[in-house]
Amino acid sequence: MSGVLNAFGDMFDTATIASIVAAASPLLFAAMGETISEKAGVINLSVDGSMMLAALAGFVVAFETDSVWLGFPAAAAVGVVVALAIAFGNIKLSLNQVAVGFVLFALSTELSRFLGSSYVGRRPVAVPAWDIPGLSSIPFFGRVFFDHNVLVYASLLTVMATYLFMYKTRRGLELQGVGERPEAAHARGIAVNRLRYIYTAIGGALIGIGGAAFTLDVKLGWSDRPTRNFGWIVLAIVIFGGWHPLRAAFGVFLFGALQAFALNLQPEFPSLSQVLPSIPFPAMILALVIVNWKALRTWLDRYPFLRAVLRSDPPTAIGTRFEAD
Amino acid sequence: MSLSRLRNAAIPVGVVLVSTVGLLILAGTNPWDPLRLIVEGSVGWPPFEDGTANKVGDTFMVWVPIVLASAGLIVTFSAGMWNIGIEGQIIMGAIAASFVAREVSASRPVLVLLTILAGAVGGLLWGLLVGVLRTAGGVNEIFGGLGLDFVAVSLTTYLIIDPWRRSGVASTSGTDPFPTDALLPTLGATSRLSPLMIVIALLAVVGVWLLFRGTLYGLRLKAVGRNRTSSFLMGIPTNRYLLGSFMICGALAGIAGTSQATGFHFRLIPAISGNYGFLAILVVLLARSRAFWIVPISFFFAMIAVGSSQLDLRLDLSSTLGGVLQGVLVLSAMFGLGWGAYRARARAVASMSEDGG
Repeated sequence: MSGVLNAFGDMFDTATIASIVAAASPLLFAAMGETISEKAGVINLSVDGSMMLAALAGFVVAFETDSVWLGFPAAAAVGVVVALAIAFGNIKLSLNQVAVGFVLFALSTELSRFLGSSYVGRRPVAVPAWDIPGLSSIPFFGRVFFDHNVLVYASLLTVMATYLFMYKTRRGLELQGVGERPEAAHARGIAVNRLRYIYTAIGGALIGIGGAAFTLDVKLGWSDRPTRNFGWIVLAIVIFGGWHPLRAAFGVFLFGALQAFALNLQPEFPSLSQVLPSIPFPAMILALVIVNWKALRTWLDRYPFLRAVLRSDPPTAIGTRFEAD
Repeated sequence: MSLSRLRNAAIPVGVVLVSTVGLLILAGTNPWDPLRLIVEGSVGWPPFEDGTANKVGDTFMVWVPIVLASAGLIVTFSAGMWNIGIEGQIIMGAIAASFVAREVSASRPVLVLLTILAGAVGGLLWGLLVGVLRTAGGVNEIFGGLGLDFVAVSLTTYLIIDPWRRSGVASTSGTDPFPTDALLPTLGATSRLSPLMIVIALLAVVGVWLLFRGTLYGLRLKAVGRNRTSSFLMGIPTNRYLLGSFMICGALAGIAGTSQATGFHFRLIPAISGNYGFLAILVVLLARSRAFWIVPISFFFAMIAVGSSQLDLRLDLSSTLGGVLQGVLVLSAMFGLGWGAYRARARAVASMSEDGG
């Protein structure tokens, strides 16, 4: 028991917290991408595969050109293509989003393994470290937030930007309208399906960048299925976060902390440490059960502030097709 | 009609051929060798040579779990449910069967029957959990199922590392082999081919076909899948039907798990499901939920899965080629059909406006 407590205590030193923030960038990018896409009404179920294929594209381009920065647009492009295939299949061809997303997950996973097989074990140039002068010398916060590289800062900025865009701008309101009440949005002159294409593509780009953030920074290089299960974790975190960018980001950090905890437990409790990384999934289920629990919902209705923080309903029109005629 | 049907089949096959040949040229090999190797490595000829007989047996024993899972998925799909939790149901079936195989001692026929029953119950309960979360907890079955998949994987890992760890050696590769009395009886000493499992798989297909062809239950299940609200208003207890579909699917998936544990690996390993649950989703999408089509499609997929495992050894080509083939096939069939339907709609609209004007 004291071993568990020690492992828990070890998580609170500055270096561990800083490493959690540094390792969170792939999940942060992808979780923001998936949140944006689902908020617009399109479930991108392919994340686990498209993230991996994008990770491969980013890695290969960076490896072959010796420029890490060229890797990210390549990865984003792959994410966009997969995301647009889902949007096109659903909007134009009336195919089920989940079906297309699932098939694309399977295909892009296998494709990344096939095309990447000759790159296993190779390492590209890495994203260079860059501590922000001044800010990085602030005690604690400097190490935790400002002593990383551009990619990590970008991931934190992406979270802020997604939140501000979604809740504080007119276009963000439109985005929510497209996912909540497409008919009403349409009636107000919003081009629902065009916006769905756009936001699914943006989401796909972020998912792609998340993949590249893994192979070009967090775990440099290519191995067989490097980002395996990350996409599913992203889907779980988006739900756990109630389709809210900041809560999703919180979920990402919580997951990172859990992994660090599992790593600390490894020496003494090998079996427990194997099981801990799958905690996000039961946590997601539990979160969903709780937020859907009738008694809790009626109780929360009495406290508007708590309701805003705790309640999370999926975008009403998520997964459905909209036809303007 | 027949022309458009022909086109529906021709488009995906054409896309697969072109993209495969393109991929293989891109990978720097001659495209003919790998394809021949996949066929030879899975159903090779002559079938009764010792080595080939084993390969054919393997192909059939990969076919069994895919068919069982696909048959189950037809039921949940008809009820309008996305049972992504199928992987977990296979795994829980395998765990339950492993428990019986490890802990119970009885004569072989009894024990084999018990492992199959245990598998069915394990899968059924895990499927029921997805259904209960959906109907009582308001948790969408896609995410509930996905979550339970990972819980099942973790449970397997935990069992292998801790309570069921191999005696003597620390190993994450699997448990000790099961006693011989718990294994599915096979045809021939070296082959994995289990006639019992093949019969069960075929019975499952026929059963599912009959369910939707000849029973009120199947008809109502379909009604629930088409329109839950009106079914409910018509007096069908929709939630009970949804739970029923998950239980049927879970039980079949669980038997697939038994087949994996006591018929293929002969022990519990971390990747016990072989991803056949996810593969079965592709099969059912390709078969568009028509029961008899899952038999040949699953066989084709099993051939690819078994045959492509030879690729790295013999041609230094990644064995994942098989997975790529399966994915391209399903994706192009889906988009091909979608495109055909879209064109048909567009033509109908055009002719309607011509009539009107």
